[in-house]
Amino acid sequence: MSEHHHKETFVTKYIFSQDHKMISKQFLITGMIMGIIGVFMSMLFRLQLAWPEKSFSIIEAFLGPHQTDGVMNPDMYLALVTIHGTIMVFFVLTAGLSGTFSNLLIPLQIGARDMASGFLNMVSYWLFFLSSIIMVISLFVEAGPASAGWTIYPPLSALPQAIPGSGAGMTLWLVSMAIFIASSLIGSLNYIVTIFNLRTKGMKMTRLPLTMWAFFITAIIGVISFPVLLSAALLLIFDRSFGTSFYLSDIFISGEVLHYQGGSPVLFEHLFWFLGHPEVYIILLPALGITSEVISTNSRKPIFGYRAMIGSIMAIAFLSTIVWGHHMFISGMNPFLGSVFTFTTLLIAIPSAVKAFNYVTTLWKGNLQLNPAMLFSIGLVSTFVTGGLTGLVLGDSALDINVHDTYFVVAHFHLVMGVSALFGMFAGIYHWFPKMYGKLMNKTLGYWHFWITIICAYGVFWPMHFIGLAGLPRRYYTNTNFPMFDDLADINVVITLFAIAGGLAQIIFIANFFISIYRGEKSSQNPWKSNTLEWTTPVEHIHGNWPGKIPEVHRWAYDYSKKVDSNDDESDYLHGDDFVLQTTPLLDGEEPS
Amino acid sequence: MLALFYIFIGVAIGVSFWQVTRILNFRGSIATDKDNKKQGKNALLFLVFLYIMMVYCLIAMNVIMLPESASIEGEHDDNLFNITFWLIGVVQFIMQFLIFYFTFKYRGNKENKAKFYADSHKLEFIWTVTPAIVLVLLIGYGLWQWNNIMDLSDDDAIVIEVYSQQFRWDARYAGEDNTLGLGNVNYIKGINTMGVDMTDRNSQDDKQVTELYLPKGRKIHFKFRSQDVLHSAYMPHFRAQMNCVPGMVTEFGFTPKYTTEEMRQQPEVIEKTIGINKIRKAKGEDPYVFDYLLLCNKICGASHYNMQMKITVVEPDEYEKWIAEQPTLASVIK
Repeated sequence: MSEHHHKETFVTKYIFSQDHKMISKQFLITGMIMGIIGVFMSMLFRLQLAWPEKSFSIIEAFLGPHQTDGVMNPDMYLALVTIHGTIMVFFVLTAGLSGTFSNLLIPLQIGARDMASGFLNMVSYWLFFLSSIIMVISLFVEAGPASAGWTIYPPLSALPQAIPGSGAGMTLWLVSMAIFIASSLIGSLNYIVTIFNLRTKGMKMTRLPLTMWAFFITAIIGVISFPVLLSAALLLIFDRSFGTSFYLSDIFISGEVLHYQGGSPVLFEHLFWFLGHPEVYIILLPALGITSEVISTNSRKPIFGYRAMIGSIMAIAFLSTIVWGHHMFISGMNPFLGSVFTFTTLLIAIPSAVKAFNYVTTLWKGNLQLNPAMLFSIGLVSTFVTGGLTGLVLGDSALDINVHDTYFVVAHFHLVMGVSALFGMFAGIYHWFPKMYGKLMNKTLGYWHFWITIICAYGVFWPMHFIGLAGLPRRYYTNTNFPMFDDLADINVVITLFAIAGGLAQIIFIANFFISIYRGEKSSQNPWKSNTLEWTTPVEHIHGNWPGKIPEVHRWAYDYSKKVDSNDDESDYLHGDDFVLQTTPLLDGEEPS
Repeated sequence: MLALFYIFIGVAIGVSFWQVTRILNFRGSIATDKDNKKQGKNALLFLVFLYIMMVYCLIAMNVIMLPESASIEGEHDDNLFNITFWLIGVVQFIMQFLIFYFTFKYRGNKENKAKFYADSHKLEFIWTVTPAIVLVLLIGYGLWQWNNIMDLSDDDAIVIEVYSQQFRWDARYAGEDNTLGLGNVNYIKGINTMGVDMTDRNSQDDKQVTELYLPKGRKIHFKFRSQDVLHSAYMPHFRAQMNCVPGMVTEFGFTPKYTTEEMRQQPEVIEKTIGINKIRKAKGEDPYVFDYLLLCNKICGASHYNMQMKITVVEPDEYEKWIAEQPTLASVIK
């Protein structure tokens, strides 16, 4: 392939590229643009929550007809939280994260010249691009974008009489998501096939870096659960446009009885959360995979418990498909089902705990190289623990009753999947930037970016748990109609200040990213002294990745600081340095780890 | 135009940032021992920040929390919550300490060598089994309590229908026979706003009200209906919540433990009320008096944030007096 590739034009190289490295950059840039939109929206509605009656010219500027004298309308508030959720969950943390790093790393880390199907890979990106465009267009329809919450529960999402956003805005939302799902499925199938079939000689499944395991399992969960969301969306389209009654029954609205008979919104909830919960792990597992790699490399230590890590990824993946009901304890489904889902949900704590403990043990007695990527990975472990622990409250049906749909939930999932996954994404960008652009990102800006972001993340979401425990429901435009929540006003102001600071801090990152592309320090071939295969490719991208033959793999990815005498920590390194590339053959008498 | 102005400002900030970073040193972008030392210290500082913030919130925000459960069934919820919260609190403090202290302690240095430590079945066994045992206990207690709450088999319970629509709550008491008449959206007409089937014998003595009155110490059996979109009847003080689903009837039950008056005398409630009234006075608003509330807690449209119903818990004899005063549906809807 590399020997006889044809001349590329601008269009085939930069736009309709079939090269996985270029496609990964396309995913990343698109994801970043969507991320800027999503974060900006959150800053707008945080303004509303902190100062409900205050006029802001920035709101007047951006919300046009959906505001009155600089105060956003209630409909628009709901639209903002809806689109913020949709964009961050799907467009940034699914496509932006998995799309970028699965594409970049799968061929490079398993030793393949490209994805199994470069063409489908290109189609996957362009479908994602199309769905992003449609989602952005939906912001400009007259009645406003979809505003029934990112979970789009019917009947609210089905009836334009119930909320204006359920008109054209919701139609565009559904079309956009349907295309997005197609993109995701094509991508995931490609990842699975590639990892199964295109591993280089010697790259046994048990020698794959944990990033590969994470992306592999993520793709499998995606293939299992995304089609269910597609079917849910299709049935909703039927109900909305063709008069069927899958989700609707006995409705009286705007002074008339509608014809719908016999459907149930609970059916939609089941279908939605059958994707919705695995989706959490579709977001999180790649971030954890990146973290495993970054922590191990920068600790100069093997990841602790490699097999246990694989086992827990598999356990999490399996359990993730049988816990969706914990979003529905009080939906009206049979209480017995609630018992079952409580049981399966709390079981997830076990593999999650194993992962957290293993990360901490990997840090123990390491020689930590505190690069920005490493700090973000450590930050991920921290927020993953903080957010994960409150899952024990929410997963327990008896306790969930009182915190369901309050800010306690908002704090929980933002920490455990939002912030954690973003940190994983940042860690990945700082770590593999040299592989993408041949340059290194500036570390000083990286440090500032990290510390401001983690302080703001905790400043936003730690106090938020408590306003949830005070009983404040989420998705309230304002809580000024409830005197019992008056004492939460100050906390809301503090949260908003942290949120704005944290949002603005991302400018540091974006500036660093683009400046480094042009002016960053030129990277050497293996800047982090890492073991994995991607660092054996030349710094300048070439089609087919390796100039000559694809190297053969002789060991696992984690032989960091391997010593002559395995019982003496101070003895000399077995291979003369504290890392050993996977392509290095075993020495005579060397035990494989 | 204003949006363009903001975008222009954003671009200007970006460009000036670009200019500022020109003077930054882009050489040496890999962490050195000096960086490791500095960032290790930062990790320690951050740990201190995190601890202070966590402890401060835990103490300072105690006063804004919901008061103790006002339903008998909710007692075990509070209990289970406290156990869970202490447990995760302890784990949280230990884990954050380990994460950031290790970051500081084992910060990289050219002189140091990392320990090659890839596996320990003993350790992994310990931290698989320990969480498993703890979880078995939590799950056990949780499921026992869940069954407790969801058990609505008490025949003596007072049956009340809570009815939701955009954006208001209504309620219907089952009357003398303690049986609700059938309801369906097709019967909604004029003052029959809840769509009660008036040909049903059970409907005649039902009583429609706009505020809930509950007797202390009697089990209440709620049945929820919605006429348009999903709503959720959230009664945080009673640790009670259930979605209202168009097309089906959902249920929940609890036994009020304190009257509204008694609740107002609770030290926790008094303290919270004083705090709230200080804020309200500063804004020149009427003082707040504690009341139980039913809030909508499922996104339901533009006025979702203002969908509430007052709940008053009274002594049983007072309740009897109140319910006797309410007109039956038969007398209202002819």
